[in-house]
Amino acid sequence: MSEAFYAITLIWGLVFIYAVMATIDFGAGFWSMIYLNRNNTKATNIANRYLSPSWEVTNVFIVAIVVALFSFFPGATFTLGTVLLIPGSLIILLLALRSAFLVFSHSASENYKRILTLISGITGFLIPALLICVLPITHGGFIKTTNGVERLLLSELFTSPSVYAFMAFAISSTLFLSSLLLSDYSNVSADQEAYQTYRRDAILVGPISLAMAGLLVLTIRTEAPWLYERLMDYVPWLIGSMITFAIGYLALFIPRKTGVGIPRLAMISIVIQYLLASYAYGSAHLPYIVYPNVTIETGFTDPATFRALIVTYIVAFFILTPGFIYFWRLFLKDKRYLKQNES
Amino acid sequence: MDELVIARSLFGMTMGVHIIYATLGVGLPLMVLVAELMYQKTKDKDYALMANRWTKGFAVLLGVAIPTGTIAGVQLSLLWPGFMEVVGRVIALPFQIEIYAFFLEALFMSIYVYAADRLSPLMRIVSVTLVAFGASASAILITNVHAFEGTPAGFEIVDGKFVNVDPWEAFFNPSFIVTAGHVTVSALMTGAFVIASIAAYKMIRQRGNTREYKFHHKALMMGLVIGGIFSILTALNGHESAQQLYQYQPEKLAAAEGLFETQTHAPLAIGGYTDKEEREVKWAIEVPWALSFLADDSFDTEVLGLEEWPEDEWPPLFVHTLFNAMVGIGSLLMLLSIVGFTWYKILKRKEFPRWLMWAFIAAGPLAITAIEFGWIFACTGRQPWVIYHVMKTEEAVTTSGNIGLLFVLFLIVYIILMISTVLVLRYYFNRNPISEELDQ
Repeated sequence: MSEAFYAITLIWGLVFIYAVMATIDFGAGFWSMIYLNRNNTKATNIANRYLSPSWEVTNVFIVAIVVALFSFFPGATFTLGTVLLIPGSLIILLLALRSAFLVFSHSASENYKRILTLISGITGFLIPALLICVLPITHGGFIKTTNGVERLLLSELFTSPSVYAFMAFAISSTLFLSSLLLSDYSNVSADQEAYQTYRRDAILVGPISLAMAGLLVLTIRTEAPWLYERLMDYVPWLIGSMITFAIGYLALFIPRKTGVGIPRLAMISIVIQYLLASYAYGSAHLPYIVYPNVTIETGFTDPATFRALIVTYIVAFFILTPGFIYFWRLFLKDKRYLKQNES
Repeated sequence: MDELVIARSLFGMTMGVHIIYATLGVGLPLMVLVAELMYQKTKDKDYALMANRWTKGFAVLLGVAIPTGTIAGVQLSLLWPGFMEVVGRVIALPFQIEIYAFFLEALFMSIYVYAADRLSPLMRIVSVTLVAFGASASAILITNVHAFEGTPAGFEIVDGKFVNVDPWEAFFNPSFIVTAGHVTVSALMTGAFVIASIAAYKMIRQRGNTREYKFHHKALMMGLVIGGIFSILTALNGHESAQQLYQYQPEKLAAAEGLFETQTHAPLAIGGYTDKEEREVKWAIEVPWALSFLADDSFDTEVLGLEEWPEDEWPPLFVHTLFNAMVGIGSLLMLLSIVGFTWYKILKRKEFPRWLMWAFIAAGPLAITAIEFGWIFACTGRQPWVIYHVMKTEEAVTTSGNIGLLFVLFLIVYIILMISTVLVLRYYFNRNPISEELDQ
């Protein structure tokens, strides 16, 4: 195994963690908007209670990915930075608005809370849709090189069925994962009404997200045959991912003493589902970072820099882990926080 | 307009906005900490209240500091892909370590704000200390990259490729310590003066010796004392920074001082503007021999003038004005805190005269202005280089185009963010007036 392989695995791990945390974060904003006008449900409160402390931490991951990418693969940064100018700028603009207004909504008056929730809800599905466009861009076909200058073909990008399949997948996954987490969260908070609401949403969106994943694979077949071919080497992983989906989905229907469904089991199975599928996708994508020009070997950083970075990662892991555990216990386990009446 | 200028304007605008929030994000936690300590020492509840209210304001400011910082981090790769390619190879460490500091800050900020009622007093202080530590560490680490741009180290260039990279030598590049020190102490100074400004403004609107007036008076004195201490440190460190320019970036010093001819016993030009055609600083007060002495502690020091370099490698000459404004404001603030302290503690006068109050009110905005001037001076003074004598800014800029449109979009978002910051702060503090909280 080469150093570049370890580095890309680390980045893949960061991307996966961010993808899960961010879909939940964005989805929570969306649900909080949907249930804003319902007076008889606490679903919005539950969403906000999860969202308030977690967005800042989630937000750090996106910077961590960008930094890891240009540190480990400066060659890829040059290409990606150049072609992602427009989509990347749109993403950070929306993120900035969303983050700032999330903070403001705690200090602002009731009248403004509506519009703030609206902003967080709308950006909640726009941002994932834009973020995922990075993937089809790396499949090749959307970058044109003239006189050594790389340029993103925006019109090709936005007329490509594959891009829309990816977007639909991103949005449905966002809603699916977040409704699952929130159903688990409201279950732990012993809020049956909110639990029922989010359970119903998960049952509704789950099959849609799976169908979108299937559609996405079909569009890859026509638009990026090289990737499709390699992906077929990982069929067992894809089957495994479908099995875990089935387990997770069925877990929502298992009867219990107090109600129906085991949301914790569902949540964990579905995360494993995404883990397996993204492992297959990521492995098939290698060695290319951007097809066909940039591979993990051509874009790799200086070996001395790589080793110094790895040392900081190890040190930071030991310093930060207690902080993350403390955070987890305060906001995701502490009954005093979960069961409070007002958000 | 050419794309390079628009790209520089866009990134400069991002930094110009971010630096206001980031500076206060470093400066305010210290004030909170000092207020907490004063409370422990004096048991005067006013100090506890100050810590509490400043933390509220700080949390709102952080709500913009974090997203603008995120923008800056991502925009670097989007606008300057050529530069970031070198950064990734040579000077990736500070960015990477900054991420850890950022995590620390975000985790404990959330804990401090959303779990405040469930934290023990000790954990409260630990959390706010970690937030302050994370904020300062972020500032220092990002400044590290800025220092590297001015005094690159830790690599060799063979056939246009960066080889023999030593990432830690790049990290501890010659100007790192002094530059990071300058950023830190000036941020701590600014946080203190902003507090002093607000306190002075509230006092001027109060009549008589009310309870509220006394509260603000204590805050004002705290701001002046801490601001005073750190403005002196900033000045001492600033002198050091200038001597480093003499040593490592002589053309930046020459542009800052408007010196065209290489000479010993060089004069110091204060004020005025640099005239490129006539190659002199007009309308300036000249202090003979002073520049030579300041540059290296001796009148015999030979200071290089701009004539040593081809004209297309000169930094823009208006940096002389920025440099003067920064130093001028710094000196003024130092003087102001000394006058305020003397008036109250040594002359034992109970009240400040009105003109002095207005000067205090101006202190915070002036300090922020000086920070902005300082950064613009530091970054435009390095031009045309993005990495001094290694890479020109025009070689680093994106080739994508369309930056003009992005400039407008970002401008709109920054305006929204800045206006909403003010509205949210005003709304919050109007809803929770100090008079009510004092009675509790």
